[in-house]
Amino acid sequence: MNYKMMGRFLSQTLFVETLFMIPALLISVFSGEAAAWQGFLLAMSIMLAVTGLLHLICKSAPNALNAKEGLVCVGISWIIMSLLGCLPFVFSGAIPNYIDALFEMVSGFSTTGSSILSRPEDLPKGILYWRSFSHWLGGMGVLVFLLALQPTDSNSGFTMHLLRAESPGPNVGKLVPKMRKTAGILYLLYIGLTVLNVLFLLLGNMPVFDAVCTAFGTAGTGGFGVRSDSLAGYSPYIQNVTTVFMLLFGVNFSCYYLLLLRQFKGVFKDEELRLYILIVVVSIGLIFWNLQGYYSTQEETLRHSAFQVGSIITTTGYATTDFDLWPSFSKMILVGLMLIGACAGSTGGGIKVARVLLLFKSLRRNIRQVLRPKSVRVIRSNGQVVDETIIRNTNAYLAAYVIIIFVSVLAISLDGFSPTTNLTAVFACFNNIGPGLEAVGPTCNFSGFSPFSKIILILDMLAGRLEIFPILALLSRNTWRHR
Amino acid sequence: MHIIIAGDGKVGSTLARQLAAEKHDITLIDNNHSVLTSSMERLDVMAVHGNCAAMGTLLQAGVKEADLLIAATSADEINLLCCTTAHGMNPKLHTIARIRNPEYTEQIFAMRNIFGLSMSINPEKQAATEIARLLKYPGFLRRDTFAKGRVEIVELRIEEDSKLCNISLAQLHTIIKAKVLVCAVLRNGTAVAPNGNFVLQEGDRIFVTAPTENLTILLKNLGVITKRARHVILCGGGRVSYYLASQLDKDGVAVQIIENNHDRCLELAELLPNVSVIHGDATDQNVLETEGLGNCDALVSLTGMDELNMIISLYAGSHGVPQVITKLGHADNRDIIDHLSLGSIVCPKDLCCNQIIRYVRAMQNQTGAAISLHTIADGQAEAVEFMVDEHTLHCDTPLKDLKLKPNVLIASISHGSKTEIPNGNSTFRKGDYLVIVTSGRGVLHQLNDIFA
Repeated sequence: MNYKMMGRFLSQTLFVETLFMIPALLISVFSGEAAAWQGFLLAMSIMLAVTGLLHLICKSAPNALNAKEGLVCVGISWIIMSLLGCLPFVFSGAIPNYIDALFEMVSGFSTTGSSILSRPEDLPKGILYWRSFSHWLGGMGVLVFLLALQPTDSNSGFTMHLLRAESPGPNVGKLVPKMRKTAGILYLLYIGLTVLNVLFLLLGNMPVFDAVCTAFGTAGTGGFGVRSDSLAGYSPYIQNVTTVFMLLFGVNFSCYYLLLLRQFKGVFKDEELRLYILIVVVSIGLIFWNLQGYYSTQEETLRHSAFQVGSIITTTGYATTDFDLWPSFSKMILVGLMLIGACAGSTGGGIKVARVLLLFKSLRRNIRQVLRPKSVRVIRSNGQVVDETIIRNTNAYLAAYVIIIFVSVLAISLDGFSPTTNLTAVFACFNNIGPGLEAVGPTCNFSGFSPFSKIILILDMLAGRLEIFPILALLSRNTWRHR
Repeated sequence: MHIIIAGDGKVGSTLARQLAAEKHDITLIDNNHSVLTSSMERLDVMAVHGNCAAMGTLLQAGVKEADLLIAATSADEINLLCCTTAHGMNPKLHTIARIRNPEYTEQIFAMRNIFGLSMSINPEKQAATEIARLLKYPGFLRRDTFAKGRVEIVELRIEEDSKLCNISLAQLHTIIKAKVLVCAVLRNGTAVAPNGNFVLQEGDRIFVTAPTENLTILLKNLGVITKRARHVILCGGGRVSYYLASQLDKDGVAVQIIENNHDRCLELAELLPNVSVIHGDATDQNVLETEGLGNCDALVSLTGMDELNMIISLYAGSHGVPQVITKLGHADNRDIIDHLSLGSIVCPKDLCCNQIIRYVRAMQNQTGAAISLHTIADGQAEAVEFMVDEHTLHCDTPLKDLKLKPNVLIASISHGSKTEIPNGNSTFRKGDYLVIVTSGRGVLHQLNDIFA
């Protein structure tokens, strides 16, 4: 394996991460939080030292990675990035326990939003900012960010492996021929939408700091709030703006690119987008109907049901109300949405609407094949024939998904919580949502789990964000054998 | 520029690599998933799966915004249809089609407007022309012509008994007694830009710039036979053989083609009345010997398989055939086959890629574009020809006062019919042709790019 090239990417990743800590450091300095800025400075100097060391060792790397190395490179980068990124939490004393800090950091980068803190408003502002910013960085992916900065090189086709490993979806492709431009377009769209979100929030008289942090959480579909009641304390306008933007960030970014190119037909005919909208509308309708009588006005009922559906299907995890108190039918719909997740190529998690679509189509084909054994069928998506390898990978993904959920639930059930808690805790972490039900519901947090369970959940979050295979590749014996 | 390449085969993928290296946006179209995937993973390009002559596929590849389409699939008809369709969809698009069937040559030229073609390329014909030129001057591994045939860059291999072995370049003129310039030396697979103290060794391949009239003197003083080939054996009866045989036939060279497919033999016999066509296996040593391997002047191995060509050439070389030329489809690993005495190596793929790349560079800037471009030293250096025009800087300045970029060398200056190998006092003026040799990574788009 080309360890040096991976080291080079890792050192660049850490360097970018360190650079992105600077705003957090400045916020700590200006709000006079001594412990926080000292913590940031210490963490940043450690990270710079690691970056420099890796850079020196790996300068002479041959410029190539194969598919396996791409997976491993992304997996390792995310793990090291989290291991070092949580140091400010520890050094500043905000979260003294390292495992807790790591949980919080991975929850940030993987855009999960599960927290072990009961009162985030007690944290120093700089730390709070870094926690929310990690959502934004993790949403689109730090390696994609690096690819936008990489000098173009004719032989850099290998960067495709990195894009594939870091971007969600069954069939990741480029928007334009150059990787650098593709990554640049993705990030520009991402930045543009985030700025728009902040502006809309500011129009609703939200404090600037809250607006920026909330927008980071929305953009990355993360879900760390700056208040312990998430978004419940803000005005209905802010909640509605957030509902809309959460749903927007759950859409495949290539749709926005097509919109910019004025290819409206391609966007409106996109099967995944249509199904996504259908699921959202039907879910809101069903929950609205099921919640009749829970809230004083119809407007409030609609607002809460729309917000919760948007928050859960895009795997953001903000809450405006304690949906753990809702009737069980509504809760089951939310659990279903947890599994489906957002569109491929968005910042959201879950199985992804595109995969659900493919799975249904392949199931339909199998049923027809049972009934008429000699029929030959291909699976189409948006009129294009889908390659059989993609179908196979999607089936394998589902199998891995189910197995990981089962193993994780089994492992964390040692802590003795109720089955609903265990199951929804794993769902919430693995699908990068945030809150689950009962003991991990929107008003509660994950601090009650044992360190062992937390490590399991940390791995789940990473596996969920990177779509399983990079993390499985790290754990596979095959990866590390010299053959 | 946005360039669409239809057909991800030998030519398509080589072009994609070279053009992507020159920072163009490349989209590849092919109907084979696996070659596209492997190209995507090696190169920074986009891939579209489908039939390149279909409107839907072309739209998907962004034909509306593209600047150039290169059709290099295996079928001429598809290439033509692809170019015609694409040109109809985007009239501003430049199109290049690979057309190999000799039966189409005439109509392509007459109807290029109807087909919407900007250029058609025929790698086999180019290869045949190249081989015919080599056969005129035995002793050179390669000849690249510049300034309308007045300047050449020739490739020579320094053998153990060569007069140039262990000679420094400063002493070169005492042996050659003509003005020539060694612009690049390929030693152990790497290109070196030599200075006067550079000592030539056995096994070096040197690239010499010389006015065409000095080539004979060069060869005579090196003691290399300059007898023109009179009797040539071509092994393999493909398209290159056909083109080469018809060219050689015009020049009055006796040609024998050995081909093992009887039907193809009949076709060739119909097409080429003066050529003797032999039905037999060229890899069979008996066949070669009975057909007069011992007393032919040159042997060209042109079968469709590189391995066979190499074996035939090795065998011919060991039998003392004076000139051996080997056609290779894949000549990417030249340093591996460099140790074999295969004679001159001609690669149709590289020839046609060079021509297309020259076209692409010329598209980018209308004035001062390269007139011709040849890659030398196994692709590690480029020889580019420019004409000095009114936009050229530093006219009439002695070269010793000019600051050139590193790895850039002015190899020759042609004033009208007079060609000069430049020294420090040489100057150039409007209307001159310059040959520039560059081994740097930067691309020379126009003449002014050579100045630092």
